Amino acid sequence: MFTELNSILNTSPDSFTQGEFILVSDRQSDASFLIHHFLSFYLRARCKVCFVGLVQSYSHYSAVSQRLGVSLAQAKEKGQLIFLEGLKESLSILNPQEADTGSQAMDFLRDPAVGLRSLYEFVRSGLSSSDGGEDEWGPPVLLVDDLSVLLSLGVSVGAALDFSHYCRATVCSQKQGNVVMLARCDGEEDEEDDGDDEGEGSERLLKGLSHQCSLALQVRGLPTGYCRDIHGQVEVCWRRRQADGQHTQKKLFQYKVHDKGASFFARGTSSAVL
Amino acid sequence: MSVTRVTASMAAPANRVSKPSGERLPFNTTSFQKKTRSKLLSIPGTRPSVQNGQLLVSTGVTSLDYLLGGGLAVGTVLLIEEDRYDSYSRMILKYFLAEGVVCRHELFVAAAQDNPTDILQELPDPILDDVAIHKPVEQPRLSCEPHDSLDAMKIAWRYQNLPKVQSALASSSRFGHYYDVSKTMEPEIRQAAKCHPFYLPEHPTQSSPTHSPMLESYSALLKSLEDVIHREGFDVATPMSNSRNILRIGLHSLGSALWGDDLCCHDNPRHGHALATFLYGLRALLRSSLAVAVVTVPSHLIQNRALMGSITRLCDNAIALESFKGSERETNPLYKDYHGLLHVRQVPHLNCLVSQLPDHKDLAFKLKRKQFSIERLHLPPDLSETVSRVSRGELAGATMVASACGSGTSGNKHLDF
Repeated sequence: MFTELNSILNTSPDSFTQGEFILVSDRQSDASFLIHHFLSFYLRARCKVCFVGLVQSYSHYSAVSQRLGVSLAQAKEKGQLIFLEGLKESLSILNPQEADTGSQAMDFLRDPAVGLRSLYEFVRSGLSSSDGGEDEWGPPVLLVDDLSVLLSLGVSVGAALDFSHYCRATVCSQKQGNVVMLARCDGEEDEEDDGDDEGEGSERLLKGLSHQCSLALQVRGLPTGYCRDIHGQVEVCWRRRQADGQHTQKKLFQYKVHDKGASFFARGTSSAVL
Repeated sequence: MSVTRVTASMAAPANRVSKPSGERLPFNTTSFQKKTRSKLLSIPGTRPSVQNGQLLVSTGVTSLDYLLGGGLAVGTVLLIEEDRYDSYSRMILKYFLAEGVVCRHELFVAAAQDNPTDILQELPDPILDDVAIHKPVEQPRLSCEPHDSLDAMKIAWRYQNLPKVQSALASSSRFGHYYDVSKTMEPEIRQAAKCHPFYLPEHPTQSSPTHSPMLESYSALLKSLEDVIHREGFDVATPMSNSRNILRIGLHSLGSALWGDDLCCHDNPRHGHALATFLYGLRALLRSSLAVAVVTVPSHLIQNRALMGSITRLCDNAIALESFKGSERETNPLYKDYHGLLHVRQVPHLNCLVSQLPDHKDLAFKLKRKQFSIERLHLPPDLSETVSRVSRGELAGATMVASACGSGTSGNKHLDF
């Protein structure tokens, strides 16, 4: 949990807006540090968390969370955290053994055309705590790291957007919880002219998700090039629906990731420059 | 096991009566043992990272190790985007395998173009003062009676009484070895290493009835890899603790047409997700095993840049080689010291928030007479007043102007006096 980001977003584990769909995106940079922030944030806020970790192993998330002061193993034991380790699940599907024991959640690997219904079922059943745990934990939270890897595995953009829409409807609207999704994209923003190219998949996914989201954190590299002391910039974009139309508010910060956190500062005010 | 420990602890005070009793305590109580570091650390040819404690192995190229933050972390994949003629990327792959041979790791080599045994025959020759240790003929004699080999030293009789320290030097203090690319490794060293070859034309692939996005060739490769990892005990989960070893996996030219992939042939390939799915499975497999992989991909053939981006993101490290061979940069005096440029596409995120970023991204590689090395492209200004430095600076400036104007680089040679 990065306290500087909390003050930018005006939240804290004690009081945060419910029903938000937060999109974390990056372009030629790496925004996965924000996923770790939100994971530790919601675990501290005593929410019931479902984490769909598709790109890294559980031990990675656990080791980073340990540094941020949260123990994933304890949270799992207490029933606060439901963790889907995509890498582990995928292996039994990609290399079918005699005894087929893989969980149903990663069924799309067998045939990507089927879609992500089974993954959504996993999320829904994980967050609908039927055993009276509603009072023990706060609102449900879904974290996905990351959605665009599904496209690499053959899932269509439409299926991924359907998945995110279903999750938003269930978690944000019905249960008043929060959803955080990471989507990665490596093209430049302006080269979106050619239409139904395969590579435009991540671009279209990003557009669709930013249409759905209520808060977007867009991470990208510095436009002036690589720098060792400033790792990139993040644009925070709030979209609020009010009676008199939609309000968007944008703020731009530069950031640097440290060993146990990250610092955010206004442009040009890095300690390396001043 | 406990019996032997008790007898050892009983024997210890008997031998040394004067020893204070406080030091004897850890021997007697079982719950109060000396904290030993993880037994993973005792694998030869590995060392823990200073940043995050990851177990690292050397790539064989010392400068590449430095670039990757000390070495390749075990359980990760290094993607090398091949240069145009696959000469330098193949060399890095051979360095990686040769380092495995010298460190006595096991190898898994897969290729569709050349037979893996041919690749193994081209491994560079290690420059070792202690190369005798790794020869299989002398290895057992050295381990049981070291005096024997010292007697064999006829010429250098003066050094007979020197302590034998070379083996320790090779295993712990120095990381990675040096190689002479002008010679190939001697066959007996090479054959001492256990190698699992995977040559696609000789490998039967069964067509799978499922709708999986993977190709049969990739599924067969993944299956074969998993078999080796489980059979030979490279799985982290296996309780076998007596001797752990590292499996080095070299996969040559994945994504080329010979693997049955149409990634290189079409803008919109039918099997566009096959390689990405394979790399996902490979990552899943490696994260739970003591193995490390180097994958080369002919990226200059892949038209679809976004596909290449998704392939890169599914590897942990990614570097790209851009050779000057055949390009007009070959004759450019600015680059005359180098053979190509090296781009760092991706650095790993492993068990830590911050990734190990390189100091600078302007890197070039060159192949010296015996050695491949990676250097900074633009050296910082050196302040010694030498004529050659001045002329070099002017030369570089003149070339930049000339190339900016679009004219050739001819006529700049006379500046070099």
